Amino acid sequence: MFMRYTFLFILFFSVTSGFAQDDAMRLLQKVKAKMDRVNDYAATGKMRTDVVFIKAPVSNIRVYYKKPNRFKINRDGGISLLPKGGVSVNLNALMLTNDFTALDAGKATIAGKELRVIKLLPLQENSDVVLSTMYIDELRLLVLKTNTTTRENGTYEMEMQFGNYADYGLPDKVTFTFNTKDYKLPKGITLEFDDGSKQQQLPKNKKGRIEISYASYQVNKGVSDAMFK
Amino acid sequence: MWSLLRIELYKIFKRPRTYISFAAIWAIVSLIQLAIYVDGQRYMEFFMKDLAASFEIQGNMLNGYFVCFIILQTLLIHVPLLIALVAADMIAGEANMGTLRLLITKPVSRTKLMISKFLASAVYAVLLLVWMAILSLFLSMVIFGTDGMMNAKSYEIIILEKDDIFWRYALAFAYAAVALITVASLGFLLSVFAENAIGPIVATMSVIIVFTILSTMDIPLFQQVKHYFFTTHMIGWKGFFDVKVDADGNAIVGSIANLPAVLRSAGVLLAHTFLFTGAAILIFRKKDILS
Amino acid sequence: MESIIRIQGLTKHFNHFKAVSDLSFTVEKGDVYGFLGQNGAGKSTTIRMLLSLITPTAGSIEMFGLPLATHRREILRNVGAVIERPDLYKYLSAYENIHLFAAMSGIEVKRNHLMEQLAQVGLAERAHSKVRTYSQGMKQRLGLAIALVHDPQLIVLDEPTNGLDPQGIADIRNLILMLSRQMNKTVFVSSHLLSEIEQIANRMLIIDQGKKLVEGTVQNLFRTDDMILHLQTTNNLLAAELLQKSSYAKQLQEWDAHGMLLRLSKQEVPQLVAWLVQQQIEVMSVEPRFTLEDYFLKITTANQHVESFTH
Repeated sequence: MFMRYTFLFILFFSVTSGFAQDDAMRLLQKVKAKMDRVNDYAATGKMRTDVVFIKAPVSNIRVYYKKPNRFKINRDGGISLLPKGGVSVNLNALMLTNDFTALDAGKATIAGKELRVIKLLPLQENSDVVLSTMYIDELRLLVLKTNTTTRENGTYEMEMQFGNYADYGLPDKVTFTFNTKDYKLPKGITLEFDDGSKQQQLPKNKKGRIEISYASYQVNKGVSDAMFK
Repeated sequence: MWSLLRIELYKIFKRPRTYISFAAIWAIVSLIQLAIYVDGQRYMEFFMKDLAASFEIQGNMLNGYFVCFIILQTLLIHVPLLIALVAADMIAGEANMGTLRLLITKPVSRTKLMISKFLASAVYAVLLLVWMAILSLFLSMVIFGTDGMMNAKSYEIIILEKDDIFWRYALAFAYAAVALITVASLGFLLSVFAENAIGPIVATMSVIIVFTILSTMDIPLFQQVKHYFFTTHMIGWKGFFDVKVDADGNAIVGSIANLPAVLRSAGVLLAHTFLFTGAAILIFRKKDILS
Repeated sequence: MESIIRIQGLTKHFNHFKAVSDLSFTVEKGDVYGFLGQNGAGKSTTIRMLLSLITPTAGSIEMFGLPLATHRREILRNVGAVIERPDLYKYLSAYENIHLFAAMSGIEVKRNHLMEQLAQVGLAERAHSKVRTYSQGMKQRLGLAIALVHDPQLIVLDEPTNGLDPQGIADIRNLILMLSRQMNKTVFVSSHLLSEIEQIANRMLIIDQGKKLVEGTVQNLFRTDDMILHLQTTNNLLAAELLQKSSYAKQLQEWDAHGMLLRLSKQEVPQLVAWLVQQQIEVMSVEPRFTLEDYFLKITTANQHVESFTH
């Protein structure tokens, strides 16, 4: 009797998990299909840096994307620091491969919205991404949040807000959050001006944030390869 | 006073040795510019190695503004020596030449003579700095172009917009002028005690080097007193290359992070200048001229 | 007679060393005043005090009727000086040097005037050569031109013939005489050579170990019948004390417990002895030591010290 229930449980579980896995993949495929409509885009926007050890002004940026995975953020002149493996990694690039396993991780409520949680496990052993968790608005087929762990570049979070370009799956605003504790600053070989302020050490265990607000997208109008150099 | 100042400036600029300083500045700046032009990329890669592991750095880092920033670091050791060469010679050099006794027998007050000599050495310091600004800033801008600038400190990185830099350099050079005039006033004071310029020149540089070393040592006693050393405040020009941030942590273009601190440091330098120069004048007024 | 320099009780100590002690003298307008003494006697120190290079420890200096301590600039407008070997700006030319110092002297600087001054000392042709190319004699002449450029009333010369050849010495001598006789300047000149002073000065003072030895007109000081006599008594210190209070005070040169030196003519000796006896002082010996000239030569020749009484 016990064995029977156990067998039934295992059967039910594998069927439902199998169903769940299929279900997750189907959702992802739908999201991907939506995003697939975008072959390329050129966008303008503003980038805000909120990292405790970086003082950077709000800068005007241009963002370029071309299928399948070419993505570039260019500042309009000046110097910029972008955390590696995060902002430079585009969602499309992540999803527009089939080299992952999707696992249904249930649901979560974020900002009063119920979102489907799906975990992506890359199949390739040499993939930099170890695990990526996506929070998807099932109704609108939009990824509102991702939490990605990488081999080389730590863990980061991306939150998307959609508006005018939701139909293309292109966000109005992307907030990229990452850990700063492992970052090292250039070796100081010259004296520094001590203005008496208390903070003179690299702060530890703080999170950094980079926020990109897109003003406009030019979708599928063609983007030259030279833009990605 | 104006005619005395003109006479002192005439003596300084008629002397061939004065131009060694201008040539030395040209040599130092040119060498740094050449090194950066030839090997700057490698230097940047080494310098940014740890940061580049975590961040993608965009923009032309190796531009004229950054090069000038590197050159200005030499302000602490090389340029004060060149200032001391003239300032420490103002009285001691005249005593050594034997001309001091002739000057004092002229119907000119010792106080006015001293003030004009000090002002002449200050004018020389400013002209040397202007020359340095032309070579290190303007020439660097021509050779390396301009872009934004990254001021990398040990605990934070400040990114400045291209259009937000030039005025900071104008203020930085003005501050550097105050710092170098303080060095000149120290050399001038020590010059009163000697009949040969070598002693005061060496003494001036020794003071700067020793106090700089003491202020960098992590010993509580020195950390407490370092704010009284004028050398600690010579680096205050760097304060112009720091910005305030808004509530969201974004740098505010056109701001200075801690202007009161920079002004306080400038005030300390000015106070030292008055102290050194005042002491020099008071001592000289009573001094028996035996040379 | 208008006094150009009046010095009272001038004293200068350097730590414990007394360079000048209680010196008093007067220089009248038009004098060529010789200031004589061996090296280290205090001449340069006195001159430096006159020119406000050194602050006196005690005493007063008046020049042109004004105290130097409070009217320094006013006084120095009328003083030209050459102190020891004239050191000038070697990297400048003669013209540039004289231009510079003329500007500091408070006069309107005119090129013609400066060239005239240089011509007067025979440097017009080398006016634009750097001073580092000049000989010692040329530098001396340039120093004089600089001292005279602002037409001062008083010229102070400290050992002006040091390091010069005989022709150079003669040139300086003639210049001084010209300044005095033709331009009516007052000249205060120091030297350690009696022969020099004798030829140019009308009045002189001899200084030794910071103290005045003698002062007077050259004529009077070198009266040929005067001698320096060595006097020994049974109580030398008491005798010296009494002489100082008497009319013989100015003739008393030096004294100690072993004896004293007086400047007297032979004819005055018996009177002196009689006077001493009246004062209950017994005279043991009176010996002629030197003629006056011998004496001055002895104390003013370089590298020789005044011999003590005991010799």
